[in-house]
Amino acid sequence: MLDVIGHYNYWIAIALMMVGLNMIISRPNLVKKLVGLNIFQTAVFLLYITMGKVAGGTAPIVKAGLAIYSNPLPSVLILTAIVVTVATTAVGLALIVRIKDAYGSIEEDELMDRAKDETPS
Amino acid sequence: MNENVVLRVFSKLLIPFILLFGLYVQTHGDYGPGGGFQAGVIFASAFVLYGLVFGIGNARRVVPPRLTLILSASGVLIFAGVGVAAMLMGGNYLEYAAFADGTATGNHVGIWLVEIGVGVTVSAVMIAIFTSFAGRPR
Amino acid sequence: MIFAVPDVLLLALVLATAFAIDRLRNLVAVVMLLGLYSLLMALVWVVLDAVDVAFTEAAVGAGITTILMLAAIALTAREEKSRPGVSWAALAVVMATGAALVYATVDMPLMGSPDAPVHHHVAPRYIVEMRNEIGVPNMVTAVLASYRGYDTLGETTVIFTAGISVFLLLGRGRRRKDDDDQPEGGS
Repeated sequence: MLDVIGHYNYWIAIALMMVGLNMIISRPNLVKKLVGLNIFQTAVFLLYITMGKVAGGTAPIVKAGLAIYSNPLPSVLILTAIVVTVATTAVGLALIVRIKDAYGSIEEDELMDRAKDETPS
Repeated sequence: MNENVVLRVFSKLLIPFILLFGLYVQTHGDYGPGGGFQAGVIFASAFVLYGLVFGIGNARRVVPPRLTLILSASGVLIFAGVGVAAMLMGGNYLEYAAFADGTATGNHVGIWLVEIGVGVTVSAVMIAIFTSFAGRPR
Repeated sequence: MIFAVPDVLLLALVLATAFAIDRLRNLVAVVMLLGLYSLLMALVWVVLDAVDVAFTEAAVGAGITTILMLAAIALTAREEKSRPGVSWAALAVVMATGAALVYATVDMPLMGSPDAPVHHHVAPRYIVEMRNEIGVPNMVTAVLASYRGYDTLGETTVIFTAGISVFLLLGRGRRRKDDDDQPEGGS
């Protein structure tokens, strides 16, 4: 018998990941794609942090009288990953602003049409 | 938003406390939750609030873009410099134990210095990114 | 497993928010919901004992990201162009990937299990030896800045690089006439 609560976080992480993936591949709007990328990244964070949790443990800050701590390593990895996420988002948004300036649209299909028109054949 | 007196007065009251909280998070990161990454973002958010309420032109006068550029580079240099300093004091690169003969004290000093480098870079970069986006003509 | 109750409820809310983000076409509303999504995630991190991550998520995800997205939307478009129909090919790819991933989780260690392999590799060494080697109460800071110092140095460089990239792409935010390479004037 499969333990539903024990796997719940993994399944939510996968569901979020797939919502994000679907937004990235099927929404033509570039901002929406970036939002999808953000959701995908958070899903990865959820996977890591879930694995770091120890039942009955506390936050990994040493205090006298506490014996069980959750795993600090996933926290460290994800802490830096969050800041990298905002960095990639900022660069992505800057690119979108420049694309809008250059081509007048941030919808992928319109941009593809423009590119097709402008390609010298 | 420039005419709204309540917002202007209230954010003027709020900004010093945000900056103070940023400093607390920066220097207290080794004892509780916090550290350079969070403190940098909190510091930058005070600037963002100032920019939203008083206009980006005024905000740019408070922290000139050239300054954010210099600060964002110097944060990385502080971090890398701590590593080099550890080498000069006889340890390996980023081996903070070399700062003091007692391992724990040296590590504490090293972590504190490195976190300052992280905080400086993160806050300067966040301010620079916000200024770049907000100052662009529509 | 008392932490499982808020965890289950919060994650259900998170998933609902994600679906709402997917459905909405007004980009301002999408960004606002993304901020809410990050805030809910920050609560989940608190429940799962990752307080440093929660702090960062609340400051970065709910704060700075929202501001940047709003600024970018103000410069581009507030509304997603509506298109009829669903992309069945994309949905098929997503469903297949999701099913494969769910299959992969079946024999994964249960959430919160102290016997999981993650907790028996380097983590016990960090938790036990850290008190003598580093003497800093916050383990996350100790691992972040000391044990994995190279990693964090690289991370700081990534942030710096991103800042320079945005700066190069958008300029310093000075109002220019029409020439992007125009030398800067007095402010």
